[in-house]
Amino acid sequence: MFQPYIFNQLSMSIYIQGTGCVSPLETAAEGPFPAVVNPAYDGARLKVSDPDYKQWIDIKQIRRMSRIIKMGVAAAKLSLQEAGVQKPDAIITGTAYGCLDDTGVFLSKMINQQEEMLTPTSFIQSTHNTVAGQIALMLSCHAYNNTFVHKGFSFESALLDSIMILKEGKSKHILMGGMDELTTHSFNIISRFNRFKKEPVTHNELLHSATPGTVAGEGAACFVLGTEKGDNSHARLTGLTTSYKPGSTAEIAADIIAFLAVHEIAQEDIDLLITGRNGDSEGDIWYDHVERTLFPDQAVGCFKHLCGEYPTAVSFGMWVGCKVLSSGHIPADVLFKGKTSEKIKKVLIYNHYKGTHHSLILLTGC
Amino acid sequence: MTGEVWIGGGGVICGIGDNLPACIDAFRNMATGAATMEYLSSAHRGTYPVVEVRADNAALAARAGMPAHISRTALLSKIAAQEAWDSTGLGELRNYRVGFVSANTVGGMDKTEDFFADYLQDPQSGHLNQVLHHECGSITELVADALGIRHHVTTISTACSSGANALMYGARLIRNNMVDIVIAGGTDALTRFTLNGFNTLMILDQESCRPFDDTRKGLNLGEGAGYVVLVKDELKELIRTPWCKLSGFANANDAYHQTASSPDGIGNYLAMKGALEMSGLKPEEIDYINLHGTGTQNNDSSEGLAIERLFSPHYPPLSSTKSFTGHTLGASGGIEAVFSALAVREGYLYPNANFGTRMKEVPFTPVTAFSEGNKVQHVMSNSFGFGGNCSSLIFSIS
Amino acid sequence: MAALKAQIVEQLNLQEVKPEEIGDDQPLFKEGLGLDSIDALELIVLLQQNYNIRIANPDQGPEIFRSVRTMAEFITAHQTKQ
Repeated sequence: MFQPYIFNQLSMSIYIQGTGCVSPLETAAEGPFPAVVNPAYDGARLKVSDPDYKQWIDIKQIRRMSRIIKMGVAAAKLSLQEAGVQKPDAIITGTAYGCLDDTGVFLSKMINQQEEMLTPTSFIQSTHNTVAGQIALMLSCHAYNNTFVHKGFSFESALLDSIMILKEGKSKHILMGGMDELTTHSFNIISRFNRFKKEPVTHNELLHSATPGTVAGEGAACFVLGTEKGDNSHARLTGLTTSYKPGSTAEIAADIIAFLAVHEIAQEDIDLLITGRNGDSEGDIWYDHVERTLFPDQAVGCFKHLCGEYPTAVSFGMWVGCKVLSSGHIPADVLFKGKTSEKIKKVLIYNHYKGTHHSLILLTGC
Repeated sequence: MTGEVWIGGGGVICGIGDNLPACIDAFRNMATGAATMEYLSSAHRGTYPVVEVRADNAALAARAGMPAHISRTALLSKIAAQEAWDSTGLGELRNYRVGFVSANTVGGMDKTEDFFADYLQDPQSGHLNQVLHHECGSITELVADALGIRHHVTTISTACSSGANALMYGARLIRNNMVDIVIAGGTDALTRFTLNGFNTLMILDQESCRPFDDTRKGLNLGEGAGYVVLVKDELKELIRTPWCKLSGFANANDAYHQTASSPDGIGNYLAMKGALEMSGLKPEEIDYINLHGTGTQNNDSSEGLAIERLFSPHYPPLSSTKSFTGHTLGASGGIEAVFSALAVREGYLYPNANFGTRMKEVPFTPVTAFSEGNKVQHVMSNSFGFGGNCSSLIFSIS
Repeated sequence: MAALKAQIVEQLNLQEVKPEEIGDDQPLFKEGLGLDSIDALELIVLLQQNYNIRIANPDQGPEIFRSVRTMAEFITAHQTKQ
């Protein structure tokens, strides 16, 4: 079914004025893609490399922030810093699981203590909008504040909301982001659905493993979007669409062709295709088909071997795309196929979550 | 494209009625919903009255046409969304470009909290199908799949303002020609997790709540679902009886504290003011305000002061329907949007139950009796939540 | 009071505050330690858990929790034996 798009109606450009990222790599700082890449796989589990959060958060406030809140706040502050923005005109986040750790803590206490003598802190921190709310609190920002919680489309929904609001012309800078955390409970429970690799694997091996399952990850990536080119803007957001439960690889290929056509881009114009390939032999079939039939000659990059799989992982993919456009080359640890070219102008990110939630994000260098 | 968004229909299920007409009857008869917990089991059953939907999951599932083991949150959602669609008279949903924007805060927690009890004893125990739909977004997709809506489906979770934000996003999708129609609103089922969470904040009343009363002691938790059908201007002629326009909305953040509202209600004030600006209305043109009015000391005081600041000296009739339905959390913005939009169509003014003493902080008192046939051309609906999330909607006559 | 200070630090997750650094009469809320209404609720649970004292009305919080000393005095006055 034909899906209308937002970008072909836009008369304005949407610049990515700043980015911030907390991930299993050393990304929580301004600057290029890390030179040293060594994500610490603990079996099929990838954990964020925690920076010193006190750089951005006062010690008095840190005590009441769980990991995901700290991750989100750090990524947010990094992106605002790069954009040179103190207070954004909107704060919009996407998170599928919300604050899992606090949810688990409150739930456990509630059960173990038979609903007696429970304390409020973990409850109030468990709500999904806590990250966006906490950012607003720290910045004393009274502006529009929203949180999307829609599985593999949480980040894309936040992006669409951001674009529609920028289009109204009353906002100059929007802080948006995607974040999800992994806890021991969530890893144990999701493992029981056979989602993850049973055998040990490294980040170099994951994408070629040809066995079922992937690795679990987590992270937070934030972006400041605006209609003016900032000092540190190297990319524009030029396309976005989602497809829920496409019936076949042929259908998704047709969706991609239609998407490119509407945005007046030829397949050859794509300099880099970034895919959400995650090493799961069943799920990667989608990427195999698209690469082979639509982009046989282009360079292909990947990111989930570095951040793991989680519903908002595509936000990390978008961060990688921005880094490629700002540096002008594809880091060796990202390049999956083909070679890096002289001029990288158009990056298409094609990602799916569990084979049901597919999205396309188009970035153009500026 | 004119960008105007109409309300073509609405559906509600909550503790005072299984459907919208039943809820209106409850207002007419002053039949408030707070009662002893019957369907949920909890150690606090005898302590706090709640406003549960008067049906067990098996009955809800039969009505929803969904499996009985599915989360109560999804069952309530499907029932209300279906009633909303059916009320439009538009016929087959697949003949239109329809989106579904649903809000909730608990997701499938009603099932997860049962699972977790087993899981904590032994990490390999507990039935996986109880956590399969734990996520907020999963609940939305279960209902979207059941309704036959595939594109532009999403879930919003901003605590008690969630449902209102769903309408705003839905309206934006229509204005941007992404879809022509959006079923928008919210749902939440009562869970031990929520009940115990609110208990730790010591804001639950052990009796039927008294919003906007000086002696108020807290809120009663409720559950339910409420959706409006947002329709683009160009399709208005196809609606059986268009209700009204969604003429204005705004979302602002209090940025004061994680759960408490600022004493002067700055977030509330900015949300109401922003909604008025979008609608092009002056405060004195508002004919009725459906308050957030939870019955807590803090909310009612902040909301009251923000209303005084914006509306003085012309205070419209106002009331909190939570005095009947309880606080339905993620559903409240959706349920109250339906009540508010219907008020424009029918000239309703809803009563605020259990009111006796005016709040010292404000010079106005709420409406205490139901009436219809009033001149109600513009209605404001407020929803303020944890995380400082404040939202305000305005519904207007054509 | 030393034991009470240690309990407060633990209950409120006051990272990098040593119990002995809290003055006996130091204001706990707003200035001083800068605690807020959520912390007050946490302290109400602390009183119940450790001292078996039930506070039904959270509005009593500011009085009781003004300082470690006022807390200690309240506990001594109201503590019931298990």
